[in-house]
Amino acid sequence: MIAADGAAAVTFRGVAKKYGALVALDAIDLRIERGENVAILGPNGAGKTTAISLMLGLRNASAGSVSVFGRHPHDTAVRARIGSMLQCSGVPEYLRVDEALALFRSYYPAPLPTDELLELAGIRETFGTRIARLSGGQVQRLYFALALCGNPELLVLDEPTVGLDVEARRALLATIAGISKSGRTVVMSTHYLEEADAVADRVIVIDRGRIIANGSPSEVKGTVGRKRVSFTSPVAFDDERFVRDGERYAALTESPESLLRELFARDMPIENLTVTGATLEEAFVALTSGENAHVA
Amino acid sequence: MSLEIAPFGPMLRAQTKIELLRLLRIPWFTIATIVFPVMFYSFFGLEQAHMPYMNATVGLYLLASFSTYAVMSLALFSFGASVAAERGSGATRLMRAAPLRPLAYFAGKGIASIAFGGVAMLLLVLFARVTGGAELSVPMLAALMTRLLLGSLPFVALGFAVGYLAGLNASVAILNLITLPLAFASGLFVPLDQLPPFVQSIAPYLPTYHLGQLAWGAVGARSEPWPRAALWLLGYAALFTWIAIRAYYREERKEFA
Repeated sequence: MIAADGAAAVTFRGVAKKYGALVALDAIDLRIERGENVAILGPNGAGKTTAISLMLGLRNASAGSVSVFGRHPHDTAVRARIGSMLQCSGVPEYLRVDEALALFRSYYPAPLPTDELLELAGIRETFGTRIARLSGGQVQRLYFALALCGNPELLVLDEPTVGLDVEARRALLATIAGISKSGRTVVMSTHYLEEADAVADRVIVIDRGRIIANGSPSEVKGTVGRKRVSFTSPVAFDDERFVRDGERYAALTESPESLLRELFARDMPIENLTVTGATLEEAFVALTSGENAHVA
Repeated sequence: MSLEIAPFGPMLRAQTKIELLRLLRIPWFTIATIVFPVMFYSFFGLEQAHMPYMNATVGLYLLASFSTYAVMSLALFSFGASVAAERGSGATRLMRAAPLRPLAYFAGKGIASIAFGGVAMLLLVLFARVTGGAELSVPMLAALMTRLLLGSLPFVALGFAVGYLAGLNASVAILNLITLPLAFASGLFVPLDQLPPFVQSIAPYLPTYHLGQLAWGAVGARSEPWPRAALWLLGYAALFTWIAIRAYYREERKEFA
């Protein structure tokens, strides 16, 4: 399957994308190697969907160049090597699951067998069901199966778990994590940080059209380098660096030692003290919001 | 090395299949194109089927009229409403990201529409024969089908134009607003000479009128010479294609630039 052209799976060189006056992406340089599992992380409107649309040839860059497997993403032969799950996209609801799969399999030169697709996406029981009658989770799984139809080398998933309940979300993520171990390149956008942590071995954080962090999940956390100091105290305690939740107080700090020294010096009752590394969620909030009241 | 892109034949077959399923499973498609013509024919045509009219019989004349209506509305709806539905559901995005070849996409719609139109006409012809209304000879049937299918091109283009310009619900309303008045004013439901003079005077400028002329000519009824009708339809095809292409590029700039 994999051609001997040696190019990276995805390359962005100086890519910008403007919609009229709105700058969706600005001077993005990015290289995703074959076999990597990458999460593109960012809040709504950060430019995630735009970046994915450029990769899939659904949009054209205003400046710079995008290539997939060393070729232009408009190339039909390139598209045949990509599978995608998009937001705000659907297959006609009058079709049955088996018919939709047969349709998408016909688009690819070497499609996976229907049986394998049903198994991989976990939708065997929906085989002959009209799409209109599927649950939200089943529809997302069907889209996942459609993305896999061509046995893709590159799988591009734009917020695949959006709109799902906790259970369906967890199950779909487990399925995606399973696929990402198959040697395929997986690019997934999300604004759920635990999703990036669960699936990706590299996280690219984008905000307002720019890459603001790029590394392994632990490196992204390390970029922030903050620790979380948390304790409970029966005595009311007023300090704007701390967030209060009942008797629990918590703060993010770059130097937990000096903060603790300061606390102990106050001679107040402190219980259940913990000092932990910041979660990805906290790292993300700190990265994207610049000045943050919760950061000491 | 294995193939880089999928073979065209199976892709076209799969694409045609889903277009046929769309026509079969969305009830108002079937009702508008198969049930209505047969129903109209039994209301208006059965009683006086054998009476002479316009050098043919009432039965043959109305058979041609309602066949024209069926093929014309099918061309408009199967292209227009399906494009609007695909835009609305985001199927357009998903199919664009996939290596679907545009020719398979358009040809699938075309073949499905032609097949459905053929079935709608055959059912009507069969109904007319079984009820003793009108007997269409095989050469006449062949001429009628060929003329109507080729003559429906401007309506295919108009359907695309509406599909790219309007949303799903609006497009169905707009297509009905185009189909019904055009069919009525062109003498497809009630013969032209029974319509008010005002309508009679605008009829010769309508595309449906000229498609009707082609159909009436095919069953031996009095009609304008077919080259003139064909020229009118060609002119309309050019106009509607121009609008459809502009609408397509407008959508392209908005959604995929």
